[in-house]
Amino acid sequence: MTGQHLLSVDDLGREGIAEVLRVADAFAEVERRSIPKVPTLRGRVVATLFFEESTRTRWSFETAAKRLSADVLSFSAASSSVKKGESLRDTVETIVAMGIDAVVVRHPSSGAPHQVAGWIGDRSHVLNAGDGWHEHPTQALLDCFTVRQVLAERRGESPAGIECFEGLRVLVVGDVRHSRVARSQVLAYHALGAEVTLAAPGSLLPPSLEGWPVTVAADFDRALGDAQVVSLLRLQTERGSGAFVPSLREYTAGWGLTNSRVRSLADDVIVTHPGPMVRGVEIAGDVADLPVTVATLQVTNGVAVRMAVLFLLLGAAGGSVPSVPAGERQEAAAHGEDPEGAKVSAGG
Amino acid sequence: MVDATGTRRADVLVEGDRVVAVGEDLGAGPGGVRRVLDAGGCLVCPGLVDLHAHLRQPGREEAETVETGARAAALGGYTAVVAMPNTEPPIDDAAVAREVLALGRGAVAEVTVAGAITRARAGELLAPMAELAALGVRLFTDDGAGVQDGALMRRALEYAGGLGVTLAQHCEDAVLAAGGCVHEGAWSSRLGLPGIPAAAEEVMVARDIALARLTGSRVHFLHLSTAGSVALVRAAREEGLPVTAEAAPHHFSLTDAEIAGYDPVFRVNPPLRQAGDVAAVRQGLADGTVQAVATDHAPHTPESKEVPFDQAPPGMLGLQTALPLTLEALGDRLSPAEVLALLSWQPAAIAGLLEGDRRPEGLSPHGGPVAPGATANLCVVDPAATWRLEVGHLASRSRNSPYLGRSLTGRARHTVLRGEPVVVDAEAQR
Repeated sequence: MTGQHLLSVDDLGREGIAEVLRVADAFAEVERRSIPKVPTLRGRVVATLFFEESTRTRWSFETAAKRLSADVLSFSAASSSVKKGESLRDTVETIVAMGIDAVVVRHPSSGAPHQVAGWIGDRSHVLNAGDGWHEHPTQALLDCFTVRQVLAERRGESPAGIECFEGLRVLVVGDVRHSRVARSQVLAYHALGAEVTLAAPGSLLPPSLEGWPVTVAADFDRALGDAQVVSLLRLQTERGSGAFVPSLREYTAGWGLTNSRVRSLADDVIVTHPGPMVRGVEIAGDVADLPVTVATLQVTNGVAVRMAVLFLLLGAAGGSVPSVPAGERQEAAAHGEDPEGAKVSAGG
Repeated sequence: MVDATGTRRADVLVEGDRVVAVGEDLGAGPGGVRRVLDAGGCLVCPGLVDLHAHLRQPGREEAETVETGARAAALGGYTAVVAMPNTEPPIDDAAVAREVLALGRGAVAEVTVAGAITRARAGELLAPMAELAALGVRLFTDDGAGVQDGALMRRALEYAGGLGVTLAQHCEDAVLAAGGCVHEGAWSSRLGLPGIPAAAEEVMVARDIALARLTGSRVHFLHLSTAGSVALVRAAREEGLPVTAEAAPHHFSLTDAEIAGYDPVFRVNPPLRQAGDVAAVRQGLADGTVQAVATDHAPHTPESKEVPFDQAPPGMLGLQTALPLTLEALGDRLSPAEVLALLSWQPAAIAGLLEGDRRPEGLSPHGGPVAPGATANLCVVDPAATWRLEVGHLASRSRNSPYLGRSLTGRARHTVLRGEPVVVDAEAQR
């Protein structure tokens, strides 16, 4: 991972994603310790700038930063100078002037983190924590991390590489039009070699899919049976998505993962959901609680993945990742990991 | 020398506010020549006329004033601009119109106004068009928004027809466009920005063509931006309907790929469209479907553009870049005279600023022809000048030009307003 900022999954590319997943493995191990904290980012300051409320993403980033021993500042638009009419640029300049090392930006407007990064340049690092309908790169990364982990566990392997994504059939279901998660997922899964299919009513697909490396499912039930990973998206009723379908009932009947549809799922399917889940709409309550649904594991993994991203942006120069257990390291070597990865892993 | 009557090699002798002689190797008159403006390698033409400028006064003087907008116009080669009525308060009654016309007296370009079609541009009640027409207002528009109510637009057209004025429509179906900030297509879908479909423009173009057919009244289409709109207007003109159209330089120079970096300077309404639309607008200008290049000069303060893309106000500067952009886009298929027709005498005809038109008090005729006895509103165009637009060049109070730092070819070397050289060697004289 070489960039100054993480704004889009496109900033990473296949190798960058692989590196994040690999480093996240080491941090997942840290999380299992009795004191799940490393001194990697001691003395560094990470600020979360949330212009849109999202408790789970904010807590995940803040937990990640704290486990790296960074100092964490929380900025919420609701209680800030934004309410007093300050421009986005002035808000950002003020924060950067305090010497903050990284800003984690969540904004209801697509592209806002790009603009922030443009103003900041190399004075700080910008991490996109979700912008409008555009992207939510760390969500896609933690989805990939989780899928890779589950697949490896089933095979009794240590999740060293990204080969498991080659040809993997991923079905993204729901409100793709308004979903930043879907846009990041498409980029990430495609970069890793998966085959991505979208399933949604026409009114919830993006107006144009030109340039998207996806196919659109003609028959949802058939696509569901064929999928190895099903990524459910929430219908964003708070953004008016409810008006894009005749009723929630009809949406659920046509596109929900209902109890009756569970029977058509492949035995080894993995169902992901970025949360918050709306039980009874995109997913039946019983289905949400099945072992194939890994939403809770995704939340857990989110911390390790965000630790990895923060480490790679902020700490890779001088800091170090705690070593992974010897067995896993050998496993990694056996899978032909690149030397740089081995070096990072050995650093702690 | 280029005007509607043709192209020839000539000197132009100006005395007071008039052209007194046009011919080869004109010597000094009885009193001698006081000042010579070098036009070597240049085209001397009637001053350019902009049908569509937002001068922001009254109400948004931090972004532009009549004085600064007029200076930008003069530097761009314009001797007359039509100020749009979406000011605060809007130009929907005679008092505001008189105020703006008064502000224009003494400016370095002449300023006329367009009046609003509806009161407060709210799209509900007709504005007092007769009262405004009596002041010499010839164009009416709710620009910034289209008149959504078809029955109201029909009534407005019927009323306007009797006054001999033209209604100019900002074609945008508000419901289809709702929430959008860029062209709806591949880029909007990828960037996650809410889009405005081409259909939002085209349905209103189609409706107003039908209303022009119904009422027989003139309709002028503002800033056409889509291939579909150009095709509709072409068919309407072939049918003989009284419709005219304009296009803005950014719509025939830039595509929506520019928005990839989320720079709000590229937020404009109608939005930047796709390459096929850009080509269709150029074709429309080349084949006579679209009669005028109009800038849609829309100043916004730097701070108002330093916000997220979808929260930024739409619009970009245009007065100082329209001439080179038009030459660059159309110079390969149109003669200089044809390009200048789009920038000068054809818009002057639509604006009602030609000799013989009924103009507001104090406004001289624009658009030529350049002949003895005519008011000396002239522009000297250097079509080969290559220059880089820098912030320091901008006379506007705002800086929202996407062309800053870009190299441009073609420039107004001198601008002469009523005989006064207001721009000499691309420098404003006052």
